[in-house]
Parts: sequence; C-alpha cells; structure tokens
Amino acid sequence: MKPILLWSDALIFLLVIALCLFFYRLRRDPQTRERWGEVFSSRLGMVTFTVILVYVGVALLDSLHFRRALEAPEGLETEEIFYDNKVTSVLDVMLLGMGDRFERTYSAPFALKSFEKKNMKDEQGNAIRDFPPLEHAGRHLEDPAERWPDVAARSLTALLWGVLAAAVIIGLQWLALRRSTNPWYASWGVQAVVICLFVWMVNISRYYHILGTDLGGTDVMYQSLKGVRTGVLLGTLSTLIMLPIAVTLGVMAGYFKGWVDDVVQYLYTTLSSIPGILLIAASVLLFQVYIDLNPDFFSIGMEKADARFIALCFILGVTSWSTLCRLIRAETLKISQLGYVQAAHAFGVSHSRILGRHVLPNVVHIILITFVLDFSALVLAEAVLSYIGVGIDPSMGSWGNMINGARSELSREPTVWWTLTGAFFFMFALVLAANLFSDLVRDAFDPRTSMRRSEA
Amino acid sequence: MSASVEIRMRVKDLRVELAENGEEILKGVSFELQAGKIFALVGESGSGKSVTSLAAMRLLPEALVITGGAVHVGKQDLFDLSESRMQTVRGRRVAMIFQNAMTALNPVQTVGQQVAETLELHTTLKGKTIRQRVVQLFAEVGIPDPESRFEFYPHQLSGGQQQRVMIAMALACEPDVLIADEPTTALDVTIQEQVLDLIRELTQSRELAVLLITHDMGVVRNTADEVAVMYRGEIIEKAPVDEFFHNPKEAYSRRLIDALPDLTRFQSVAVEQPLLQLDDVKVHFPIRKGVLQRVVDYTRAVDGVSLSIGRGETYALVGESGSGKSTLGRAILNLEEIAGGEISFKGKPIGSLSRRAMLPYRKEIQVIFQNPYSSMNPRMSVGEIIAEGMISLGLGLTAGEREERIGQLLERVQLPREYSQRYPHEFSGGQLQRIAIARALAVEPELIICDEPTSALDVSIRAEVLELLQELQREFGVSYLFITHDLSIVPSLAHHVGVMQLGKLVEQGSAEQILTAPKHPYTQALLNSVPRIDP
Repeated sequence: MKPILLWSDALIFLLVIALCLFFYRLRRDPQTRERWGEVFSSRLGMVTFTVILVYVGVALLDSLHFRRALEAPEGLETEEIFYDNKVTSVLDVMLLGMGDRFERTYSAPFALKSFEKKNMKDEQGNAIRDFPPLEHAGRHLEDPAERWPDVAARSLTALLWGVLAAAVIIGLQWLALRRSTNPWYASWGVQAVVICLFVWMVNISRYYHILGTDLGGTDVMYQSLKGVRTGVLLGTLSTLIMLPIAVTLGVMAGYFKGWVDDVVQYLYTTLSSIPGILLIAASVLLFQVYIDLNPDFFSIGMEKADARFIALCFILGVTSWSTLCRLIRAETLKISQLGYVQAAHAFGVSHSRILGRHVLPNVVHIILITFVLDFSALVLAEAVLSYIGVGIDPSMGSWGNMINGARSELSREPTVWWTLTGAFFFMFALVLAANLFSDLVRDAFDPRTSMRRSEA
Repeated sequence: MSASVEIRMRVKDLRVELAENGEEILKGVSFELQAGKIFALVGESGSGKSVTSLAAMRLLPEALVITGGAVHVGKQDLFDLSESRMQTVRGRRVAMIFQNAMTALNPVQTVGQQVAETLELHTTLKGKTIRQRVVQLFAEVGIPDPESRFEFYPHQLSGGQQQRVMIAMALACEPDVLIADEPTTALDVTIQEQVLDLIRELTQSRELAVLLITHDMGVVRNTADEVAVMYRGEIIEKAPVDEFFHNPKEAYSRRLIDALPDLTRFQSVAVEQPLLQLDDVKVHFPIRKGVLQRVVDYTRAVDGVSLSIGRGETYALVGESGSGKSTLGRAILNLEEIAGGEISFKGKPIGSLSRRAMLPYRKEIQVIFQNPYSSMNPRMSVGEIIAEGMISLGLGLTAGEREERIGQLLERVQLPREYSQRYPHEFSGGQLQRIAIARALAVEPELIICDEPTSALDVSIRAEVLELLQELQREFGVSYLFITHDLSIVPSLAHHVGVMQLGKLVEQGSAEQILTAPKHPYTQALLNSVPRIDP
C-alpha cells in the first residue's frame, strides 16, 4: 500500500486545519463566541451544521488516498513492488468495495437483471435475446421472488446494527455534553439517522445496487458519494482562493484610497463586465490543452483529473471575487473613518497593525457571511459548468457530470431516472443545509439584524 | 390658573412596561397641555420622555406595552379609539415633529409635494388651492421665497429649513396639539434659536398646545412656559419656568440647571509659554470633476488660521458644523495634509513631517473624539485599547509594568481596575469617554486635542467628564485644544477662546474677553443664541 497525496487532498487538509485554528482563535473573542452560541442554540443551526459536518466528514475520508500494492506477476522475479494504477480512498474501503462492483450498463434500483437486453446463449446453447442477470445483485437468491422479503430481512438486521452503533456514538457524546444547554438532541437525531442509513447502505449494497447503476455500470450510490468530495471541495476551495484576493484588494482599496483604490476598482469593474461562464469556459479549455500537451507531468490518470479540478477551483475563485471585494472596500472605507482607526493613527500605529487589529477583525462578519453564502452557489456552479462540458473531469465522480448524463437518460423510454435522483438528493441536502445555515449565521452576525433584536 | 385656560391634552397616570420582563419604563406620568402654552418635558437619555410622547400617540414599538392610564385630547380618550380613528387623530388633531428632519423627509419628492400630500389626505382641499395653501404655510414658518422652494428637494435645503418644512407639514391640518421631540438638537446654535423662536410664535398665533421634549435646559429656559423634569420614568418636579429656574426643589433639577453656563466665573489667564503654535495654517480639499477627475477647485476647510496654545492651558475652538474646527484638529495631529502655513510644537515645525518623522511627536500630542462608541475597537478589551499607544510608541515598559499602568490610569479616571478585562460594548457613553481619556493619558502627552468630547453625553455626565479633564490638567499640566460647538461649556473650562467661521478664525482672545465683550458680529450671534439662566 502506498499513500498518495493529491494536490487537492493536501489543500483540503490544510483547509480543515486552518478552519479549526480560525474557530479556535475566534473563541477567545467573547462577542464572537456569543454570536456563534446564538447560531448553535437553535435546533435548525444544530441540524444543518451536523449535516454539513457529515458531508465534510465524507469528503475528508474520501481524501485519504492510497494505491494498493499488486502481487507481482507470476514468473517475474523482482523485489520491486507494483502498485495499482487505480487510486483508492479510505471511503472506498469503508464502503466495502461498493465501487468495484461493476455491471455492464444501466440497471434499475434493486434490480436483479440488466436494464438492456443482450444476446446470450441459454443452457441449450440457443441464441436468445434477453435481460442478462446482474453480476453483483441478488446472486445469493435462489428464487427472484424472494427478493423483497430478503431486502426487508436484511434491512431489519442492518438497521438493528445501525441503531446499536448510533446508540454507542450518541451515548458517548451524551456523557460529555449532557450539561450543555445547546439543543444537542437535534444533532443526535440527525446523527442517528445518518448512521443508520450508512450501515444499512453498506450492508444492502453488498447484495443489491440501491440506486441502480449508470451507463458505465458503476453503482449510482457510489458515484453520488464520490460526488460529495468534489462538491464540498469545490465550494470551499474556490471560496478560499477568492477570499484572500477579495479581502486584500478590498481592504487595501478602502484603506489607502487614492490610486490603489482606482486600480482595484478598475480591476473589478473590468472583470465583472466579462460574462463569467465564457471566461471560465475559456480558461478551463486552455488548461485542458496544457494538460494534454504535457502528459509526462502526471504519473496516473487521477492526477490529471485532479489538476483539472484544482484549475477549475482556481478559475472559479479568481473570477468571483468582485462582489465580496466591493463589500469589503465599502466597509473598510466606513471603518477607516471611525474614531478608533483615527486614534490609532494618532498613536502612530503602523499601517499593517491598523489593518490587522482594527480593520480586518471588523470585516470578518462580512467574510464569514459571504463564505457560507457563496459555498452553495459554487456547488451549483459546478453542476452548470459540467453540464456545458467544461467542468470536472468525467473520471472524477461529480454531481454535475451525473446531471449532465441525465440529459440523454431522461429522454429514453423507459426513463432512467435514478442517476439524476441520486445526484439531486445528495446535492439538494448539502445546498439546503448550507443555505439554511448561512441564513442563521447572517442573522447572528449582521449588525443590522442584531440592532433590530436589541431594539425589540 | 384662570378659568379661561383651555386644556387641549391631558395625560393621566400613564404607565408603560417592557413586554419581555415587565420592567417599568413609565411609572405613572401625568400632565396637561394648555392652549397657547409650551410645556417642556426635560430629562436625560433613557428617562422616558420620548416614550411618553410615543405612548400618548399609541406609536410605541411592540416591545413596550401600555399598562395603565389615560390620554384625553379634548374629551376623547385616545386609548378607546380604534386604530383607524386614531390615525385621523394623529396629524389632524395632534401633530408631531422629530429631531432629524433629513431622515423624516422623503429624498425623492419635492418638499412642496410632501406637504401637499398631507393636505390631500387630511383635508378637502383640491388642486391649485392646495399649492396655494402650501406656499402660505411655507411663508408662515419663515421659509424665504416660498413659491420657488415648493419645487426644492430636501437635500437642497439647509437643516434649519428642513425643520421648518417639517413644522409646516405638522401645521398643515391645523392641529390643536403639537408634540416636538428634540426639534433642534441636530441644528447649530444660531439656527436652533431661530427654529425655537418660530415655535414660540406659532404657539401664540395659532393657540397651539405644545409638548416640547428636550434634554437642553437652555432651550427650556428660553422657550417653555411650564417645565416637568423626568427621571427614570417619573416626573419628579413640575413647575412654571421662572419658579423652576429660581427655586428648583429637587437636587437632580439643580444639577441640570447648574450645567448651564455661568458667565461670571472665568479661568484666570496664566502667563503663557507657547507649546503649540499655528501660523497661517491652511487645509484644502480638492474638488474633482469630469471623467479624468481633474482638480478644478479647492474646498478651503481651514483657511489661514494662526493661534498659540500655552503650556497647561485650555484653548477652546468654537464654531458651528462645517466651520473647519475638526479639520484643524486633524491637521495638528498630522492626519490631514496642510496646504500652507506652519505648525510648530515646542518651537519645532511639525506641519509637514512624514508619518515616520511624526512618530516622536505622537507621544506628545493626543486626541479624544466626540463619539465614544465608535472611538474604540469593539473587538479589543479595554486593557488592550489603552495599551495600544504604549506599545506602538515604544514606551519601553514590560508587560507587567504596562498592566500596572493601565490599572493606575483606570483608577485615575475613576473606574475600577478590573474593567481592563471588559469590552467597550459593556460600558455607557460616559464611562467610555473616561476610557478614551485614560487611553490618551497613557502615553503622557503634553497636548490633548479634545474634539467635542462631551457632545454625545448627557448633561450631568458631561459635567463630570469636564470636571475630570480639569483635574487632570491641574495634576499633569497638560494643555487642551478643546473643539466644541457648545459655548456653554467654555467659561468654566477655557483660558482662551477662538471663534471659527467658514475656515477662518474670526475672533480670538481670553475667555472673559470673548464671552463678555465679543467684537465680531458672528461671535455676538453665537453668544446671543446660547440659552442662559438670567434673562
């Protein structure tokens, strides 16, 4: 086994560490703590945050990559170990090989036979055309009629295990948090549901394809789960690439004014007058050409896909900073006229220190609100870009690609509805949770809403 | 009281509570408004004077509930009316004007249209007659050239004229009662005087019953017939104005009256050793026009000011908003570039030093701002705020020494040491201003520029802060450049006074000289509009 650190893996872990540090530092500020407390004292806050954490957790597990060692080919005497060209992640292991159970092509959820007819030979050797049985579904059944009772029985045992696992995990949390006044029970409810579902899914998927398979015969459930990492990472990475640009330029423009302000304003007016999709599409295609011309930079296929993915994040980030930059510039203009910045000037405090101690902490609320709001917008943007064919590399699971494929699937008769359904539900849950959570964060941090509260 | 007096509005035992926890905001307020008389309700912020007027008009925010009492306008009990009937009472029988006319007027409609709209809603007038009526009203409230002002938008009028438009609007439906909530607080003193005169005249000519809500005892003295002092939701004293000012019964009333200027006692002028000298200082802001933002002209914010401040002396720089007094303060701090002239501190020129070269002088010249709420970073603790100057100016203290010094400073401004751990939002305005003083003192300056340090504070707290500033002056021999629009605090505080108008220093001299024998007409106008006790 050989661990692999893709660029995006490194970035996601760096990101998680940075976020942890950020929140740890914020905890020291009583005002911020109070506001976060407000977010987490509502049940909705707890539920949505747990959902987001589940997604992030799945994304993190899916980012621990390695290559399996292959057994040396027979007859080859060598000390050298060969590694599989396919990159596996910890999530793949936890799913007990769900991704390895390929079929030939489409199959409906819980189906025993393929969705398309094929030429076969029956026992007598006659050529017939029929739906072939699936390779990895219902093989243990002797009679197809036993399917649903079998599913029910297995579900029941799986759920029992799930409840047991949930009880243990939640029980441990209860011991630690029972004195907390926050509505943890809301979070535990979500956790219980998620754990049960996961245990059930892993168990059942060994015998059936829960969400069927797609054109290439891959399990749709597996694809959707792989899409989690792409979605989460794209949302956060792009925002994170955008943030420093927007914050630096915005703060500088608002604080130094003069020609700095002119340059920054010129930049973002120019940028926002170019149609975004066009710019992104052009950039992605350019980068794709670069990848294709330099194949020796990448030792395995996964690295190519990863490079394209990071380029996409980068491009999305670089093209979407203007709104936040404008907001921050305006806020900085306001803050730099306030008494405490003036007083700091009078004390001869250096520019960098004024920016760091007086200006930045007071625009953090804007950054935070934008971060959470933009996140869901970017997840959706990925779907749009993949749809027009400039998104994620098809070899990397992504909801956008699944939706893109659904274009032709939905026009078939009978319809192949399950790929779209899978992508839709996974994306919907994430975006809904992120949106609801961002509403709460905005309510807690926006000075205008907190003013309304204190007046009431 | 003669029998002919007509009572227009009677508020009886009005009680208001916070809906959330039943905390009493008004504890049984009673008073009567008589036709042709101005009744003043005086109190500091939070005393419940505005809540009284809003409750009487049934305009309270949802968080407050009326729990008892009655309000009669004529014979009608307002608390018995339906909301739709109440709306005809508001505006028609009882009109209100508020502090900030600019926000009360709609910026995208002409002022004439806005007054006409009120007339259309509440009267049977139509078409041309409405316009005539509006012009008449404008003339009555003293708007010059009322015919053409009809077409003006609010931003084209000055603050005083905006307030006049508000008054015209209030009068449009011939109300019996006028409620004026701090009508002149946002205005400059000279304008304030004119608006108060107008209200007084209208009270007489229209037989209005006026409820004047204010925090300013000077306004009361010059305008009201009867006065009631509110303190924590109660009227603690109610008396005719003359009687009240000559013989207040409550200690609290006494304190409010004492905050008025006493023009008999002045600071003695010491022999001066000049500390700061300004010589023909000019600050100009460029006016840019066109696509290329070419500089076409300059706003001459400060236009040739020369003055000198001695060691341990207070120089009061008086002027109305826009006179350039704050800009001058910022120029001395090197926060604004000077376009001409020279500023010298202890004989050394500091007018055009670079940011770095200015550093040694930052320790010597400090500043206290007007708004204590915005002059402290909400995300830093009081200790960090006070320490900032000491750290950046490199006073060479260890962390322990610094902490000790912060404690001392807090005690010196009469706050407990432990407050250094707290954050600005936990303090009141007066406490914050003390912290601001401690912050300025932390680097042991020789000159502190006080930019309206008390104008955001209540009268009684204002007196305490001024007292503290004077104590510190005696103790440390620090000089103050005291920038203010409020002449009433000058006599007790300043040694020298300079009066600024439109960027120029029109008159300067010792405080006694300026306040007793002003020469320049502008100084005289300013002084005349300062309300004082002895009429």
